[in-house]
Amino acid sequence: MATTTLQGGQVGAQVGRSLPRLEAREKVTGRAEYTHTMRLPGMLYAKIFRSTVAHGRIKSIDTSAAKKVPGVFRVVTSEDVRKVIPEPYYGPAFHDQPILAIGKVHYVGEPVAAVLATDPHVAEEAAQLIVAEYEELPAIFDEVEAADNQTLVHEELKPAGTFADLKHLKGRKGTNIALDFKLRRGDVDKAFAEAAQVFEHTFRTQKVLHLALEPYASIADWKESGVTIYSGAQGPSFVRTEIARLLGWPENRVRIKVPYLGGGFGGKLYIKLEALVTALSMIARRPVKVALTMEEQFYTITKHPSTFRIKTGLDKNGRITARKCEVWWNGGAYADIGPRVTQKSGFTASGPYDIDNVWVDSYALYTNLPPAGALRGFGIPQLVWAYESHTDMMARALGQDPIEFRRKNLLREGRPHATGQVLQSCKHEQALDRVVERLNWSKPLDRGTGPVKRGRGVAVAIKAVISPTTSVANIMISGDGSTTLYCGTVDMGQGSDTAMAQMVGEVLNIPAETVKVVPRDTDVTPYDMGTLGSRSLFHMGHAVRLAAEDARAKIKAMMREVGEPEGSNIPLADLFKKKYGMQAGNIVGTGSYKPDYIPPAPETGLTTNVTPFWMSAASGAEVEVDTETGHVKITRLITVVDCGKPVNPKIVETQISGGSLMQLGFTMFEKMHIDAGQVTNASLADYKIPGILDVPVMENEAVAAEQANGPFGAKGVGETATFCVSPAISNAIADACSVRLMELPLNAEAVFRALRAQANKPLADE
Amino acid sequence: MTRTISFTLNGEPVAAEIKPHHNIVELLQRDFNLMGARESCGQGMCGCCTVLVNGAAVSGCLYLAAFVDGADVRTVESLATGDALSPVQEAFIEAGAFQCGYCTPGFLLMATQLLEAHPDPNDDQIRHYLSGNLCRCAAYPEIVNAVKIAARKRKAAAAAA
Repeated sequence: MATTTLQGGQVGAQVGRSLPRLEAREKVTGRAEYTHTMRLPGMLYAKIFRSTVAHGRIKSIDTSAAKKVPGVFRVVTSEDVRKVIPEPYYGPAFHDQPILAIGKVHYVGEPVAAVLATDPHVAEEAAQLIVAEYEELPAIFDEVEAADNQTLVHEELKPAGTFADLKHLKGRKGTNIALDFKLRRGDVDKAFAEAAQVFEHTFRTQKVLHLALEPYASIADWKESGVTIYSGAQGPSFVRTEIARLLGWPENRVRIKVPYLGGGFGGKLYIKLEALVTALSMIARRPVKVALTMEEQFYTITKHPSTFRIKTGLDKNGRITARKCEVWWNGGAYADIGPRVTQKSGFTASGPYDIDNVWVDSYALYTNLPPAGALRGFGIPQLVWAYESHTDMMARALGQDPIEFRRKNLLREGRPHATGQVLQSCKHEQALDRVVERLNWSKPLDRGTGPVKRGRGVAVAIKAVISPTTSVANIMISGDGSTTLYCGTVDMGQGSDTAMAQMVGEVLNIPAETVKVVPRDTDVTPYDMGTLGSRSLFHMGHAVRLAAEDARAKIKAMMREVGEPEGSNIPLADLFKKKYGMQAGNIVGTGSYKPDYIPPAPETGLTTNVTPFWMSAASGAEVEVDTETGHVKITRLITVVDCGKPVNPKIVETQISGGSLMQLGFTMFEKMHIDAGQVTNASLADYKIPGILDVPVMENEAVAAEQANGPFGAKGVGETATFCVSPAISNAIADACSVRLMELPLNAEAVFRALRAQANKPLADE
Repeated sequence: MTRTISFTLNGEPVAAEIKPHHNIVELLQRDFNLMGARESCGQGMCGCCTVLVNGAAVSGCLYLAAFVDGADVRTVESLATGDALSPVQEAFIEAGAFQCGYCTPGFLLMATQLLEAHPDPNDDQIRHYLSGNLCRCAAYPEIVNAVKIAARKRKAAAAAA
């Protein structure tokens, strides 16, 4: 096979190297470009005027004072938007979100008007002078109450048509339920009736947000010939499709360019500011930028708060025979991808256990809160929090060791999961074993003396990746033998560019650091469904592998064509010269990947092929609880994942570490406080995220594994470490001081209240 | 409203027209195309906008441009000498001490200042010194490691000099 050492670097095995990130130098010199700091010549800045009520009819919008501010170019409301985009509603699952509010507002913080000016300070000052009057309507905030309520967030449901299984909801009225997913396996009623014991608990999770340090930003430059959008977007292909639909244009007149993302975590998926900047640029006929402040991120997209009622029946030997799961997802005012979270997480709501009789009802609800979407786990961390807390509660009630109880009930490889798909290449059992070993579970724990009590806990989980989705990749080899990769996977910090280059290097036998990965640009980089749900390494990895194999086959064909002997080691540059007589020509390899999938039966949710691969993880925690204050100190946090064979072990390690620390924040202290729909802590001063002093002693590990159908034995790991952190810590708190928390976060106040309630001295409510 | 200020930027004398409400991040981005100091929280809580003014780290989003008149200003762009990265920059790459990179300039400047004050810092010193910088990717364990690697590199460079 031909080799090249154009820029030096290691030739040979590329997959499995802990190669530093390809873009590392740009990032440490401050030269990496992010949308939030980008400028175009002649650009206008837009500032958004937002709703102050959670639900109301817009009676009037007075923009006269704003228009008079010197330097204001234009003040825009939905009336102006509709002149350029007649049906200005967008969204991946439902076309429910207007570019600017039309007729009604549905949450506090919803964009109502925008001010354009060359000076962002002028735009900001003017936006504050806009006055809107509303006829306030009753609002609904709680997801369980929303399921059956007279207060309706939307009069009529408007599914996008992108997803076939949402079509039956078109035009449905009188409901806040955007999607109801159900799974029916066996006969749960009969199994509960025959069970030796039945346990039922209800768990809740709070509203938290991605809080990427680069706030949302987009720039549009609209011309009659086409529009170019610069955006920190995790799914540029989707943005292109959606903008083309809004404009009634073919996709090739819409170009999405994606600079580096200053974090994404699921927030920058699908369509956020892109429709607004496009409309504003059409109106202004100049480039327009919207760059949000940190505060505005709290009104853009969040994680789903949830309520999960879980009921389990056991036989006399402690085997789980039945499980009923009812999950309510608080999707906020616009569906975003909530219906997909509801369905895709619904598949695995019954957990990593072998249960013959399963009933799942999973509901996506509209409420009058800021919208919710995907956040690092696509709903799974909320489910695992509930089912793994529930597992421990049952084990304790039965007087059984929580590890033994889990092992007795675990779903093992080769056995059918609740959906009907047989579990394969899923090392959750091994992950649990490693956590148990690291915790020295068989040895008694020093329980501490005095008011500080010590405890330990574990959790284990699986996730089905979102399916079916498509990735396409192209590889171009130039006349000097240098190699360029075109793929739409967005590197938002997870290291995908580096991993993809390693896979190219592996196939073409060149050093990964010599592969150029082209920045995302839909005019150049081919289709990809989106950088989400830990799908990219598997799906795009396959597309990249196929593209590289295609290029390799073409190199071989060229060698035969020019008369090189089989097994020749001719450098690529010489090969091109031999064929073209000079440094000229290209070899283009292409690859496309879409896994097989069988849609779930509508009435039962059952399918034998719901996912091309399973993700799995286990976590363990040791804690000290100060029973006089409720303060919890995590003394050890262990996370073990199955990511198949790591493509880049160092990057895998940082994904495990980063994922579990992010989930630690969601577990211990992060919470959006909301009063009548208004977020009252919408700033980093009032909303705490993990800092360096919050990092506990951590142990991270990937189990030795190989994903049978993965590219080079690998699969994604972006979310995996988040799954089990919350219940592992909560189970450790319960182990330490026998209090059980049913709601996140597990802050000192919550623990102290529970301790006082346990001592029959409950504190008064706030 | 506008006034002219003069200051030293990464070792070079410069001048700029500013308004009273402009902060130093806007000044650096708009007039000097230096994008390493970035606004994030806008409240001085995250450290993404860290800039050194007369040798002391400040939150650029809260630091008015007018205050740097006559001052010595240094940004992340000054850390490398030509193509040669500083020991702290090299160490951040070796340790994998960043993911998205948005907060990295702030950490680099603080880590550089830390090593000037404590050439051989222990874990506690590192953690307390960097506690004003936030990283949502949570590369904190790798950042602590990077500071230790950088300390060794600086010592080795000093011994060789």
